[in-house]
Amino acid sequence: MAKVKVEFQDIALAFGKTEVLRNISLAIEPGELFALLGPSGSGKSTLLRVIAGFARAQSGRVLVDGKDISAVPPWKRDIGMVFQNYALWPHMTVHNNVAFGLEERRLPRDEIRRKVAAALDLVGLSDFAARRPSQLSGGQQQRVALARTIAIEPKVLLLDEPLSNLDAKLRVHMRVELLALQRKLGVTTIFVTHDQEEALSISDRVAVLDAGVIQQVGTPVELFDRPANRFIANFVGTINLYAGTLKAGAGAMVFESESLGTVALPGVPAAALGEVEIAFRPHVVTLIEAGAPAGGGLIWLEARVAEREFLGEFIRYSVRAREADIVADQAHYTGARSFAPGEAVQLGIQPQQIRVLAR
Amino acid sequence: MSRRYTLPQATLALLIALFLLVFLVMPVFTVMYVAFTNSDGSLTLAHFRSFFQLTLMREAFYNSLYVGGMSVLVSSIFALPLAYFTARFQFRGALVIQTLGVLPLIMPPFVGATAMQLLFGRSGSVNLILGDWFDLNLPFMEGLNAVIFVEALHYFPFILLNLTVALNNIDSAMEESAQNLGASGFRLFRRIVFPLALPGYMAGAALVFLKVFDDVATPLVLNVTDILAAQAYFRISSIGIDDPIGYVASVIMVIASIAALWGSTQVMRGKDYATLQRGGSALATRKLGPWQGVFAYGWIVLVLLLVLSPHLGLVLLSFSKMWSFTVIPEAYTLENYAAVFRDSPFMLWNSLVYCGIAAGLDVLIGTAIAYLMLRTDLPGRRLLDFIASAAVAIPGLVLGIGYLRTFRGFNLPFTDLPFVSFWMIIAFAFTVRRLPYALRSCVASLQQVHMSMEEAAENLGASNRRTIIRIVVPLMAGGILAGFVTSFLTAAVEISATLMLVSSTSDAPASYGIYLYMQSIVGRGPGAALGVITVLLVGLGTYASHRILRARSLRFDTLQALK
Repeated sequence: MAKVKVEFQDIALAFGKTEVLRNISLAIEPGELFALLGPSGSGKSTLLRVIAGFARAQSGRVLVDGKDISAVPPWKRDIGMVFQNYALWPHMTVHNNVAFGLEERRLPRDEIRRKVAAALDLVGLSDFAARRPSQLSGGQQQRVALARTIAIEPKVLLLDEPLSNLDAKLRVHMRVELLALQRKLGVTTIFVTHDQEEALSISDRVAVLDAGVIQQVGTPVELFDRPANRFIANFVGTINLYAGTLKAGAGAMVFESESLGTVALPGVPAAALGEVEIAFRPHVVTLIEAGAPAGGGLIWLEARVAEREFLGEFIRYSVRAREADIVADQAHYTGARSFAPGEAVQLGIQPQQIRVLAR
Repeated sequence: MSRRYTLPQATLALLIALFLLVFLVMPVFTVMYVAFTNSDGSLTLAHFRSFFQLTLMREAFYNSLYVGGMSVLVSSIFALPLAYFTARFQFRGALVIQTLGVLPLIMPPFVGATAMQLLFGRSGSVNLILGDWFDLNLPFMEGLNAVIFVEALHYFPFILLNLTVALNNIDSAMEESAQNLGASGFRLFRRIVFPLALPGYMAGAALVFLKVFDDVATPLVLNVTDILAAQAYFRISSIGIDDPIGYVASVIMVIASIAALWGSTQVMRGKDYATLQRGGSALATRKLGPWQGVFAYGWIVLVLLLVLSPHLGLVLLSFSKMWSFTVIPEAYTLENYAAVFRDSPFMLWNSLVYCGIAAGLDVLIGTAIAYLMLRTDLPGRRLLDFIASAAVAIPGLVLGIGYLRTFRGFNLPFTDLPFVSFWMIIAFAFTVRRLPYALRSCVASLQQVHMSMEEAAENLGASNRRTIIRIVVPLMAGGILAGFVTSFLTAAVEISATLMLVSSTSDAPASYGIYLYMQSIVGRGPGAALGVITVLLVGLGTYASHRILRARSLRFDTLQALK
């Protein structure tokens, strides 16, 4: 399968007065598994529908393999889409569902039969060809929907919330299968999801959308380690965020805020002085008993445990330090020291893990 | 997400609009025009004044209102307990009640009216028995009572069915939260359950009023002439097409219909009625107490006997050689059936042709309007839907009068035959009359089809046209079939427009034949025989379509449940 590139150039779209997409420009590389991540109403599904031709952008262009497809009707685009609810036709058998696109392409009967068999084989449903969609489980229905789309050998594969209708266990399983299948076919694949874990775990790159605007594009690690703004920091993973002023102090930067008071930040680059937010992840925070020797180049604060949640692999503490509430994740293992609500503790933050975000 | 529209779609919409304009809008406006203008075309209320100056017309007007209102009341008395039993209690009568619901609908009231006269009239079977045993004579069939009794018995299912559906749609959480707050028993029913089911009741009650108010054949068969519909018919058919009084009566009938429909929706205005959510469960049913059981089954048996009486009476009448002043006929014969098969099999054929054309056109137009409305943004699509649905408020008689007046003087193209005597006009009247029901059925079934079903087809390479053929229509098939069957079967027993439009007996459908036969004493037997045959055919059709639709819905249900 030839791998193609998908490009959005300045796409803008509004339903009535509601702006859904604003000046979206984005390039998806050939063969990439690309995620559109965002909360509901962010415009991510609409962007997918623009590629498929079900939503019409008021301005801008969509290029597939370098060609503008904005004026091509949906049925001539050769872009396969798997719908969130699968959209399997209940009046047709699994075989006929998968054969549909091939029949519309007027392929010879033998070839249709061969391709349907191959597609069903690929998703492991060869024995289910004669069944009706209603006789399949949710996971099987999704595979049929995939097979139906793959059968036409689309230039681009679009997946709309592909895992949202499955239960939690199956979701993790299908995620891995989806990745394997995409690697095998090599087809440029764009999928929409509101689940950051889903997006981060399997995609090559992710675009995070909010309010119709692309907030950041990058690899999962880039998004997690270097969030571009407050929205990304909050949306991707859990994070502690504090607003304040960054000033140049003696030898190190000094962060002044109402909540944390004045904190020296050794090792933080002097890039953005002035009104900023500092951010750090809960798992880079260390808790030790009050009065225990503190050191190791961490920033230490006196604190008191407010609440705790036991989450298995770690315990999530909510800790009060000065006027700030800080979330701190401490790895849990048998015999690990844990802290009770109300207990006084010392809280250490690794300075090199602190991100400074412009406000 | 609505899309643009294509040239073929716009053309289709124009054709439908033209059809509705010629066969619905123009006739109705013609009737109104005549009622509100002088011969020179100037506006006037003089016709209305002279209408209300006629004692007979005033009486007819009040009688019609009285008969309509009383029929709703009597229907409610039949229907309310039955609906309450099925919703509240676990008992085996549910199937009986369902059957009760359908039985009267497959036979229009005028067919059984004569038989009811023989069973419940002053010297009918029931009163003969009551007279022998208790020296009693109950005036079931005296004057307007007869119309109320017969109509209520036929139309109470409208209330029963609507109310049962509404009761079944109430989320048990509604009731449970009321119980949780301390309400129970009849108080709970009165304050929570019934108000929640009120929309269903009102819809049913409005339909009953409408049907009764518009019915012309039943009163005529029962020899009741001092009601509005009968007067409108007489004025036009005997005094003449130019007599404005008949048009005034027609306009009043239209107004009453609209008022009933408007009133029933108005009661519900601004109130949001929560119905069963997905994942919710219907009202809990309880076991019947011993006395409740006696009352429930007693009521069911009584209503069942009453409901079946016109059918039983009709069958008896069809086999009777002679039946008067006796509880059951004295002598039996097959001659009535022989007479029907000798004289009037063509009427059955006519019915088949007219109803087939009407039902076919109905689902064609219904599907087209549903698609235009839900899947395109063609300008005027909602108006099209509104006009097609508005036909529900136009009495058949008024439509018939409208046709006669609008098309008079028009000849069939290339012939000297007047257009109004062309048989197709009856089929067109049926089409217009049944369109609202077929349309709702088509719209409902298209609403069930998720947009993604069509988008998936387009995504895989099917054009708009191919998607309609391969996906939309097959998925709508259940609703289209249901619409076809409802249109066909209800058209088969339609009489009021037919009464105006049949110009020669050879063009008459079976329902007209029954009416014609019933006009004379000697015709009663063959009329009953033709009635039995028609009702049997309609009943069989209903049953068969019910089976097919059930099989289909079972096949799709599992999938819908996953959505």
